[in-house]
Amino acid sequence: MALKFADYKTEVHNDWCPGCGDFGILNAIQMALADLQIPAYKSVIFSGIGCSGKTPHFINTYGIHTLHGRVLPFAQGAKLSNPDLEVIAVGGDGDGLGIGAGHFVSAGRRNVDMAYIVFNNGVYGLTKGQAAPTLKLGMKTKSLSQPNVNDSVNPIALALVSGFTFIARGYSYDVRHLKELIKKSIEHSGLAYLDVLQPCPTYNDINTREWYQGMGNIDEDTHKQKPRIYKLEDTGYDGRVQSEETYSKMVQAIEKSEEWDEKIPIGVFYQNEQIPSYEERIESRIPSYVRNPPARQTIMDHDGVPTGGISKLLESLRIDR
Amino acid sequence: MTQSYYADNSLTWVIGGAQGSGVDSAANIFSRACAQAGFNIFGNREYYSNIKGEHSYFTVRVSDEPIHSHVDLIDILVSFDAETVFVHTSEMKEGGAIIYDSDLAETTLREVPTIDEYAVRRISSMLESSGKPLSLRGMLDYAHEKNIKLYGIPYFRLLKQFSEQMGDHTLSKLTRTVNVMALSASMAILNFDKHILSESIRYVFRTKPKIAENNVSAANFVYDHVKLQFSSKDLKRELKYKKPLDSTILVQGNQSSALGKLVAGCRFQTYYPITPASDDSEFLESHQILEQSNGEEGSILVIQTEDEIAAVTMAIGGALTGVRSATATSGPGFSLMVEALGWAGINEVPLVVSLYQRAGPATGLPTRHEQGDLLFAVHAGHGEFPRIVFSSGDIEESFYDTIKVFNFAEKYQMPVIHLLDKAIANSVATCRNFDQHRVKIDRGQIVNKIPPADQRVDGKYLRFKLGGNPISPRAMLGTQNGIFWNTGDEHTEEGHITEDPYNRINMMDKRMRKLDVALAEIPNEDKAIAYGNNEDQEVISVLSWGSTKGSILDALNQLNREGEKMRFIQLRLLHPFPASLLETLIRGSKILVDIEMNYSSQLASLVEQHLKREIDYTVVKYNGRPMSSSEIYNALKLITSGNAPRRQVLEYGT
Repeated sequence: MALKFADYKTEVHNDWCPGCGDFGILNAIQMALADLQIPAYKSVIFSGIGCSGKTPHFINTYGIHTLHGRVLPFAQGAKLSNPDLEVIAVGGDGDGLGIGAGHFVSAGRRNVDMAYIVFNNGVYGLTKGQAAPTLKLGMKTKSLSQPNVNDSVNPIALALVSGFTFIARGYSYDVRHLKELIKKSIEHSGLAYLDVLQPCPTYNDINTREWYQGMGNIDEDTHKQKPRIYKLEDTGYDGRVQSEETYSKMVQAIEKSEEWDEKIPIGVFYQNEQIPSYEERIESRIPSYVRNPPARQTIMDHDGVPTGGISKLLESLRIDR
Repeated sequence: MTQSYYADNSLTWVIGGAQGSGVDSAANIFSRACAQAGFNIFGNREYYSNIKGEHSYFTVRVSDEPIHSHVDLIDILVSFDAETVFVHTSEMKEGGAIIYDSDLAETTLREVPTIDEYAVRRISSMLESSGKPLSLRGMLDYAHEKNIKLYGIPYFRLLKQFSEQMGDHTLSKLTRTVNVMALSASMAILNFDKHILSESIRYVFRTKPKIAENNVSAANFVYDHVKLQFSSKDLKRELKYKKPLDSTILVQGNQSSALGKLVAGCRFQTYYPITPASDDSEFLESHQILEQSNGEEGSILVIQTEDEIAAVTMAIGGALTGVRSATATSGPGFSLMVEALGWAGINEVPLVVSLYQRAGPATGLPTRHEQGDLLFAVHAGHGEFPRIVFSSGDIEESFYDTIKVFNFAEKYQMPVIHLLDKAIANSVATCRNFDQHRVKIDRGQIVNKIPPADQRVDGKYLRFKLGGNPISPRAMLGTQNGIFWNTGDEHTEEGHITEDPYNRINMMDKRMRKLDVALAEIPNEDKAIAYGNNEDQEVISVLSWGSTKGSILDALNQLNREGEKMRFIQLRLLHPFPASLLETLIRGSKILVDIEMNYSSQLASLVEQHLKREIDYTVVKYNGRPMSSSEIYNALKLITSGNAPRRQVLEYGT
């Protein structure tokens, strides 16, 4: 029986604010899982802390709501122990790019085959609107007493130089487009970073839904309001590395990632499947790793007698031989 | 009084030198050779937080009898630099021997840049008070007057002669063999079997056959030279070949727990580099492909993470998939792991943390020993959650205990902190070959197959099911019909967030009650072991935990031989605290003595808290150097004499 969107829903009451961009991301994840027909028990959603951290509770798969900033190492530990699992990590921009930034960079260096979705809204919502790492310098969202004194981090560029091999950006109010990006992130072999622009209706009164859709962005020729968001694929942009062009594709992705305000690109910035995944790198050290990963190994017989022998090792330590 | 402890027939051999100059290799060869010649071995390594140049030394105690510790005084001091002689001569036993580089005799104390100011002052005042010049010559004179035999070896000249004999003039490469030459000189004066020495050199350099042969030849060359040169200067001590001990292995303390992990079925370990814990992970990584008795292709995956927070959280992620997972660290790393420990606690995740303690706080004495993290391990974390804190007393125990701690983690579904330390990690000892089948694996209540909800009498699977038994069956990520949620928030039976006050009580009770189950089920011998006099009621009970065990046992052996009535109670399970068992074990004890390697007698405070009985005497040490059996002997002697202060601070070590 085919799995449906509704199969991925739980009955847990969703307490996000009305109009929250998170709803679009939640729906897109559930739709992507249904489209890909991934059995619920084979997938695990890991999350960090914050409003986005509650996401797994609304999805009817295994759901692991971890610690602030630590979603990536939790998720990598599970994926590496059991590579058969479909692992998706989610979290906010404060979680992933503030407190968890070290793990973000290190996860890129490993390139474990999983997807990481950042709900990017520029504020710490659940703690009442402090400035988060993606909020631009000098911005004063409504709960800040003074304009933001820190400059913003560019998550696309950071993911790129850290070694993520799939980098995309979606918009939480374009759910269909976002769903396709999530599917690509899941299907990508290696670590995928998906940045999702997600207006916080309660605390970010600058980058609002209306703002993204063109408020204040007047076309000089037509004098009409022009949407800020546009799709990379509509411009003929191709972020996929086909052969020996890694460097130029990286430069192109960074250039695009710097666009903001009047023109904000969404879509796939960069994809490189020529970099071996962490699982492949382990396999080159442990040939049986993919066939028989840690989670599939038996460690004892029926009587509880350990099967992992160290006889040869002990033999080498014997002094009476 | 110190001398009286040395009635036994053991011999203490020390080799020192600059870090990176082969001190370890030489000591490994010596240990292996003596073990093969039929002796019991206990060795320990002391070194600075430094890569090259600072003074490091390796003590090896050799005996006919089983031994479990080092002692303060040295019989044979082997050196090839001036610093070793400057630093260790004061520890020499009368009638002992020093092997030194005769070309360095005129070196002055000030010419050795690595000796720090404190040591320079101590050595200067020692030499000045005996009217000796502040030079190696002065130190050797001092030694001579103490009836210590001196063996000057002209390493440089011997190397030259040796290379001529070998027809190889690449002297520069051969200077690396000076460590083995010095070792061989000591073997010659001990009349040690030359063939076994050669075999041990080959064993230690087994991955580099050419280097091995060079060293064997150099060793033989020096051996013959010393025999010829010093024939008239016979030492009273010798190490005569006996039959090697049956079924005996020579193991390093940083291998034993790792070996235990392989047998225990640990298949995922994470770590961030830290002394002295990294060796555990590196050993596993270099033995990642496993021999499995069931023919399966086994392996352990070891991941070096970006920090200890990632190490612990990644290990928890692994544990959630049903894989026995561990992380190994030391105090600074464990400090970073504490938040995640609470997460594992509230989500009932079986996690093993091998905590190799070293001297803190902060970076502390990064390569030195301390048992300063007991109360930290017991209390680590905000809020309240169950954990087991378990400590091993020596190399052999740590192997079997490692299998047990994985069982505890899974049976009681909670994090287990396995306390080890620098003294264990950097010791080496002969012990009975490890029995891989002695401790069985017990995974506790796990569910692999779950019928769909509509086919179950009790409805859908609930990971944190409330009911009579506080331990609810555990499913792994990826189990069909087993979907559950985890959260660091308080949770429902399914694992969803709830702040309901009544559920909170139920869930707290469920988690904390598991400690009662653990305390009731864990066998007595895993809680505490009483050694020695058990019948006699009027005894002194010595309480301790962890790596002080060997030194206490050796000291007590001697004291009991002298007619003292003492027993030693080694606490192994430290949380939940086995109060009622301990109460039984100390019943009738006239005096309670607590011995531990920290400032504040942390075990004593646990005993006083749980037993409502005061400790009469404490013996502590916090200078970074492990307790020797001789200083424990002295401290206990003082207590039996009635002249001891309530708290004694031990100070020995260089």
